[in-house]
Amino acid sequence: MSTNFFNEMYDAAGALRPHYRAYADWLAATPPERIARKRAEADIAFHRVGITFAVYGDESAKDQGKERLIPFDIIPRIITSEDWQALQAGLRQRVKALNAFLHDIYHGQEILRAGCIPREQVLNNAQFRPEMMGVDVPAGIYAHIAGVDLVRAGAGEFYVLEDNLRVPSGVSYMIEDRRMMMRLFPELFSRHKVAPVQHYPDMLLENLRTVAQPGIDNPTVVLLTPGAYNSAYFEHTFLAQQMGVELVEGRDLFVRDETVYMRTTQGPQRVDVIYRRLDDDFLDPLAFRKDSMLGVPGLLAAYRAGRVTLANAIGTGVADDKSIYPYVPDMVRFYLGEESLLNNVPTYMLRKPDDLKYVLEHLPELVLKEVHGAGGYGMLVGPAATKKEIEDFRARIVAEPEKYIAQPTLALSTCPTFVESGVAPRHLDLRPFVLSGKNIDMVPGGLTRVALREGSLVVNSSQGGGTKDTWVLEN
Amino acid sequence: MLSRTADHLYWMARCTERAENLARLLDITHQMSLVPQSLTADNQNWGAILALNSLESAFAESYDEVNAENVLHFMVSDASNPSSIYSCLRSARENAHAVRGTLTAETWESTNATWIELRAQKFDHILSAGIGEFFEWVKLRSAVTRGVTFGTMLQDEALHFIRLGGLIERSDNTARILDVKYHVLHTNGDEEGTTDFYQWGALLRSLSAFEVYRKVYRDAITPARVAELLMLRSDMPRSLHACTGGIVRVMEAITNNQSAETERRAGVLYSHIHYARIDDILAQGLHEYLTDFMDRIYDLGECIGRDFLVPAA
Repeated sequence: MSTNFFNEMYDAAGALRPHYRAYADWLAATPPERIARKRAEADIAFHRVGITFAVYGDESAKDQGKERLIPFDIIPRIITSEDWQALQAGLRQRVKALNAFLHDIYHGQEILRAGCIPREQVLNNAQFRPEMMGVDVPAGIYAHIAGVDLVRAGAGEFYVLEDNLRVPSGVSYMIEDRRMMMRLFPELFSRHKVAPVQHYPDMLLENLRTVAQPGIDNPTVVLLTPGAYNSAYFEHTFLAQQMGVELVEGRDLFVRDETVYMRTTQGPQRVDVIYRRLDDDFLDPLAFRKDSMLGVPGLLAAYRAGRVTLANAIGTGVADDKSIYPYVPDMVRFYLGEESLLNNVPTYMLRKPDDLKYVLEHLPELVLKEVHGAGGYGMLVGPAATKKEIEDFRARIVAEPEKYIAQPTLALSTCPTFVESGVAPRHLDLRPFVLSGKNIDMVPGGLTRVALREGSLVVNSSQGGGTKDTWVLEN
Repeated sequence: MLSRTADHLYWMARCTERAENLARLLDITHQMSLVPQSLTADNQNWGAILALNSLESAFAESYDEVNAENVLHFMVSDASNPSSIYSCLRSARENAHAVRGTLTAETWESTNATWIELRAQKFDHILSAGIGEFFEWVKLRSAVTRGVTFGTMLQDEALHFIRLGGLIERSDNTARILDVKYHVLHTNGDEEGTTDFYQWGALLRSLSAFEVYRKVYRDAITPARVAELLMLRSDMPRSLHACTGGIVRVMEAITNNQSAETERRAGVLYSHIHYARIDDILAQGLHEYLTDFMDRIYDLGECIGRDFLVPAA
């Protein structure tokens, strides 16, 4: 079955791809005992450092701590310099268009007037925030941090699976995976010219500082977390520490005279840029969900008054929604006058009767996703589903077709991975993190997630996925 | 520094210190119980530990008899008892987790490793392996965490609040241990007997003060000197004198524009100890003196909370 998929390491004839040669030689020459020892060492180190994530709604978990290790695989995912150059250009273009779209949607709405995207798809979208209409944000940037999920399919071409423009996570694993590989196998890095990724926090801080409101010389940046029970809390602490900024919770901040302050042991201190890892809904109980204990009352007013920068901006969800996704190539054309460099996956929108009809007839072949879903929750992978699961899903679709989209099941590429039975191919994706401020920048590569269950196409850590170090080779 | 961060650091240190001192207190009670005595007297000593922490009613909810094994289980492994060693170390770890970005990797990893190792130990196993060994382990882990904390962390505000939490807790705990054991020994013991020698020795050892006592006094162990050593010696690291002196110095370092009154109270408490004489204290009544001291430490904790840790907007 694995021969049907693009394998990152071997070509269709089973021959090693050239950019994996040095690694494969090393792996062949390294005694299995050493590999086993190093894998155990990695496990212990990750536990000790506490690189864990929390799982939502996992009632089977015995321990109430709800923390789990994300499995780390020691076989890297290697990307050639050429592939990366092409990807990088495509990512820059795409994120630029998405930011232009967000600015437009919250101002003149030219793209709607031009009829490129159905008006109601945007304005009736739950992620559209009318509070943002006419608000000017520094440099016109809305999605300062974008995590664009890419997969490789078919004969090796890349597709964008989704654009994560709200609070994308995973970048800490990218950095920790690299650190772990260098610690376990330093010799590999003298054999390969691997592009560094560890300066990501510096790039992020620099980026956040450039989007402070004009006239602030030395902006105070903070990272706003929902708290220790959030699944990505490890990452929040990690990034705050690496950037040297305060990690704050909503209760640490307050707003007075449309200005945001944090409570410190030396009294109130003004805050200029908030890298928030909290969803829009929870940001401000006065403006959004009133029951939010995580937000800061008055934050929206301070934001609208131009007294503080939020990264990402409020209301970016309207651009990464799965019902908007099919229109991204149109955005690229509309705002940049270019053809999209990255492929979109063909998408059926079930609110359209024709698409709905087709999908209901082909459920076992398709992947179905909730329009507003994320994290691999609430999706159906047709080819892997039981009859009952398919019929249950069919009922949900028929009841509320507009809540779903469907895509053909992509033959995701695989990469050899350590599993219980030895080394076997497993499916993977790639999430580069694209930073937008004065410039659009990214570190080479990103986070590679791997589905550890045989045949599984779901790579989300909440669904049992693992990670690999991602190498972009330098020429 | 964020007030909440300071709060977590302060409580992380307090919980770690409390677990250590609880181990010390349980250890000495355990050791004293090894000396021949009536079962009733032994059970009274275990009951005193519950009384000391005002835990009699919480204990009675789950256990029908006050005896060594029940009290040990309640104070060591019972997750429903917020004062057990288990709960203290869990709380220390949770506080550390909340501010792990402020800690050095070693400090966080040490606190986390203590918790991971503790969680793996079942009470039955702790008991069969020798409870003394477990108490040694708690003290050792506390020492390791303290060592990496003071050996690796930047000497800034974060460290001040860690130090402050440790000192507040330690001064309270030293007073508590002395209060309960002094009382038991002084009323039960025959003043010059050999039993007493071992029991006083156990008290000193539990506070790592046995060798110190020998070095300082070069003489027989007497209750008054034990009290003096643990209260008034400025060079004895677990004494009330050393702890309150440390509190005053930390307060100077973290001072803010509303903490003047708290600093004053810390200074008054320190002077109170600094200029005290053991004879006067014993004449006045040690128990009364220590009770007053613990009340003042409690008050100081409240003031610190209000000034630095959970201030109003």
